[in-house]
Amino acid sequence: MTDTPSALPPYAQALDMTIVDEINGVPVIGMPFTDRVQGRPGYLHGGAISGLLEIAAIAAVHRALQAKGSHSAIKQVNVTVDFMRGGLSQMTYAVGEVTRLGRTMANVEARAWQDDRDKPIAMGYMHYLIKAKREDAA
Amino acid sequence: MAFGKPDLGSIVPKGTEFDPALVNKMMGKFGHGGFLDMEYVGHGADWVELAIDWREDLVADPDTGILASAVIISLMDNATSMSIWTKLGEFRPQVTMDLRIDYLRPSPSGERVYGRGICYHLTNSIGFVRGFAHNGNPDAPLAHASGTFIRIGDRIS
Repeated sequence: MTDTPSALPPYAQALDMTIVDEINGVPVIGMPFTDRVQGRPGYLHGGAISGLLEIAAIAAVHRALQAKGSHSAIKQVNVTVDFMRGGLSQMTYAVGEVTRLGRTMANVEARAWQDDRDKPIAMGYMHYLIKAKREDAA
Repeated sequence: MAFGKPDLGSIVPKGTEFDPALVNKMMGKFGHGGFLDMEYVGHGADWVELAIDWREDLVADPDTGILASAVIISLMDNATSMSIWTKLGEFRPQVTMDLRIDYLRPSPSGERVYGRGICYHLTNSIGFVRGFAHNGNPDAPLAHASGTFIRIGDRIS
């Protein structure tokens, strides 16, 4: 059991995202293809792919902070998204990897794929500010 | 489930002057744009401004009411994409190659978010864009964006 709230944020729920698996202890987020995530006909909207990457990245940072016993809040500073392949009308997955976790910031890479994890449809590169510890964190 | 978004290529025939307000009636009212309910605000020779109203189900952090980062990405993606067609004067099929967003400050809970996309350079295959998001005063931006779009030939899909 972890003390992370298991519920994903409202934005993720609105797009039917769920935690479908774990890779090396980091949650894999899944997002089904629905009209709400469609861009040009038959393809995912880049913003919806970015949303999946974001939720996966945040989950990865929280997991990394927890592993250090930290309850710090985070704040996103920026993100670069590379769109590599069109997202087809099927289930999409994403997982984040914290490439560096320091005291003041975290570097995160998130990968989104459909059939083959080695053929990402998009990659996100994010920087998060680690805020001072929340005293109210249980 | 119906995926009823019309094909832009068939709605905006070649040679027709590009009208961002009209095109947003497709891009901003169907699919992901429809979920976010993007509204056309205005445009100039090389820019298009769209807006999204704050909504509880677009929030990433329920404690603060701050919108998901990707809501701003979607807004800037659509606004910058449309700025290319506006500068070009006509529609051409293209996809986002990359997009970077710097978040200068959070968008306050309840506040409408405006996104202005600007096409600052155009080649035969690439559209170079930048833009910013704000809450009603363009001089007080909340995010800056930059990115590139690549033309994908004559087909939209």
